[in-house]
Amino acid sequence: MPKSNVASFEVSYWSILNEKGEVDESMKPSLSSDQLLSMYRLMIRARLMDDKMLKLQRQGRMGTFASILGQEAQIGAAFAMQPQDFLVPSFRENGAMIARGVPMLHLFLFFGGDERGSQMPKDVNVLPVSIPVGSQAVHATGLGMAFRLRNEPKVAVGFLGDGGTSEGDFHESLNLAGVFSANTVIVCQNNQFAISIARKHQTASFTIAQKAIAYGVEGIQVDGNDILATYAATLYALDKARSGKGPTLLEFVTYRMGDHTTADDATRYRDKLEVEKWKQKDPILRLQKYLEKLGVWNADLETKIVTEESLNVEETVKQYESYPKPDPSSMFQFVYEKMDPELLRQRELLLNHLQEEGTNHGH
Amino acid sequence: MAIKTMIAALNEALEQAMRKHDNVVILGEDVGVDGGVFRVTDGLITKFGDKRVLDTPLAENGIIGASVGMSIAGLRPVAEIQFSGFIFPAMNQIVSHVARMRNRSRGRFNCAMVIRTPHEGGVKALEHHAESMESMFLQAPGIKVVIPSTPYYAKGLMLAAIEDNDPVIFLEPLKLYRSIKEEVPEEYYTLPIGKARVARKGNDVTIVTYGSLVKTCVEAAEQLNVQRMADVEVIDLLSLAPLDFETVANSVTRTGRLVIVHEAPQTAGLGAEIAARVAERCLLSLKGPVVRVTGFDTVIPLAKMESLYIPDVSRVVKGVRKVMEF
Repeated sequence: MPKSNVASFEVSYWSILNEKGEVDESMKPSLSSDQLLSMYRLMIRARLMDDKMLKLQRQGRMGTFASILGQEAQIGAAFAMQPQDFLVPSFRENGAMIARGVPMLHLFLFFGGDERGSQMPKDVNVLPVSIPVGSQAVHATGLGMAFRLRNEPKVAVGFLGDGGTSEGDFHESLNLAGVFSANTVIVCQNNQFAISIARKHQTASFTIAQKAIAYGVEGIQVDGNDILATYAATLYALDKARSGKGPTLLEFVTYRMGDHTTADDATRYRDKLEVEKWKQKDPILRLQKYLEKLGVWNADLETKIVTEESLNVEETVKQYESYPKPDPSSMFQFVYEKMDPELLRQRELLLNHLQEEGTNHGH
Repeated sequence: MAIKTMIAALNEALEQAMRKHDNVVILGEDVGVDGGVFRVTDGLITKFGDKRVLDTPLAENGIIGASVGMSIAGLRPVAEIQFSGFIFPAMNQIVSHVARMRNRSRGRFNCAMVIRTPHEGGVKALEHHAESMESMFLQAPGIKVVIPSTPYYAKGLMLAAIEDNDPVIFLEPLKLYRSIKEEVPEEYYTLPIGKARVARKGNDVTIVTYGSLVKTCVEAAEQLNVQRMADVEVIDLLSLAPLDFETVANSVTRTGRLVIVHEAPQTAGLGAEIAARVAERCLLSLKGPVVRVTGFDTVIPLAKMESLYIPDVSRVVKGVRKVMEF
């Protein structure tokens, strides 16, 4: 019998707001000027926070962290979510996290080395930063499975990077999500690098979005520096999941403008010219241009927003640096719901030791 | 009260848990239509439907990782890993997330879930179907590890594990699945996690053990009793984490002699931890060295040599005699 074609695939690319600030009217999401300005302000806040954390780290006042410079359009995805939805971050989603209600102070605390930074406020449905690469994708699937099984109008949005798509958890997350029609959106921030490994060495696949198709899941590639597209694509995926029509993989094509973390030196493995090229595609710049065209942005407004958000960040730094040191007991308190005799004994040992030494180790 | 095997007791526990708590969900490979390869989940999908009993793809890491998400969403997943030898793919999820979610978030999130799995060997199964890696879990603070030795304890501890707001790894000695039958209360009951039981009272020497070797130790004790060589107290730990050291210490302080028996390899096995604590806190009570009768520091052999590896009655008797004759 002659061979027949049993399957082929297509991957759509979504782009709404280009570098010049021009918008595709047919794809433009319905957002008011106020909403657009909110998004803009959040991006400014995220960038200022990022910059401040970087400066603090170089001064020894902040621990190692992963900058989101250039990836501020992740805020678009967060903006599309509803309060009851869950955000499941990796470690490069500071922008999405603050957009979802995580106080900036929490992020300063966490990256500053204090677990209380991951103790999200009760009404903030954001999971803690996940360090083991890709491992949180299955959590987003599990949450989405639960929502689907109970027919709840909630969706879990899990983030990972291009590096994360090589880990087994990524594949298991999509496969399970597909089988169970989970209320799950997986967002891959393809910022072209996993530390020094460039995207083309991470996978031979032409796009990351198409990896979903293998699991029976829709995959969409999105201009990851276009906040209108990240918003619209996520909204599409959220609506789809919420109505029981299953999971989606979104590939946000963006660029990691900074180093992998403050412990990395990207000049060792990449081209300055490439970084310069991506400056033109800056997500904040293009939204600014669009807002200007709309008559909603001007230089005075810029000054106002930057001044206010800078003060906001400064205030957070003050709170962070004057935050009381953690209680040594807390190391033992949250291993189990209730400490068992051996834990209590070990806690006693430490507390007695601290007392005897006379030093409080700053406590 | 009915006479039940451990399988039947576990099946009953799961059914009663699912009736009482509508957020309990069972998931795993072959747990639904097939009722589990050991039939522990038999009949549950018929009674509760496929939104509460999930037949999953073949993905241990995904099953456990999804359970993390499900538990945060408010479900109580009871995830099956088909044999404990297949839990290794899920070790990252267990150690990095299941064990740590409460601590990481300072209590804002926690994983109230049960991972249940057939454990240990003794039935001449294929490679990887006879593993005893419980010590690996003990090095990941934040998980509870429970291992029943009889049908009565299996049901009560399973129900307690499901109610527990901490993650519990529930190890089911597969050698005991059908080899012990006893009376198990029909009603819903829980037994405390973190409490050992005295399986046999005695005065001359304490054996501390758990899982499939409890039966072996009690038999050894009977033999030693008949031979008038020793009056042996057998402590069945039931809970490996948290460990009921108080019961062990009370017994050893009274008898002055300790033999620890486990199937898992000797080095860095739980026996080492117990021996260290006894040396630390009960030294002056000891009339002789702490003796361990354990699996060797080898891989558990395939069927033809399996019985050489697993501590049997004669090796336990020898261990007791060593400390008795010191």
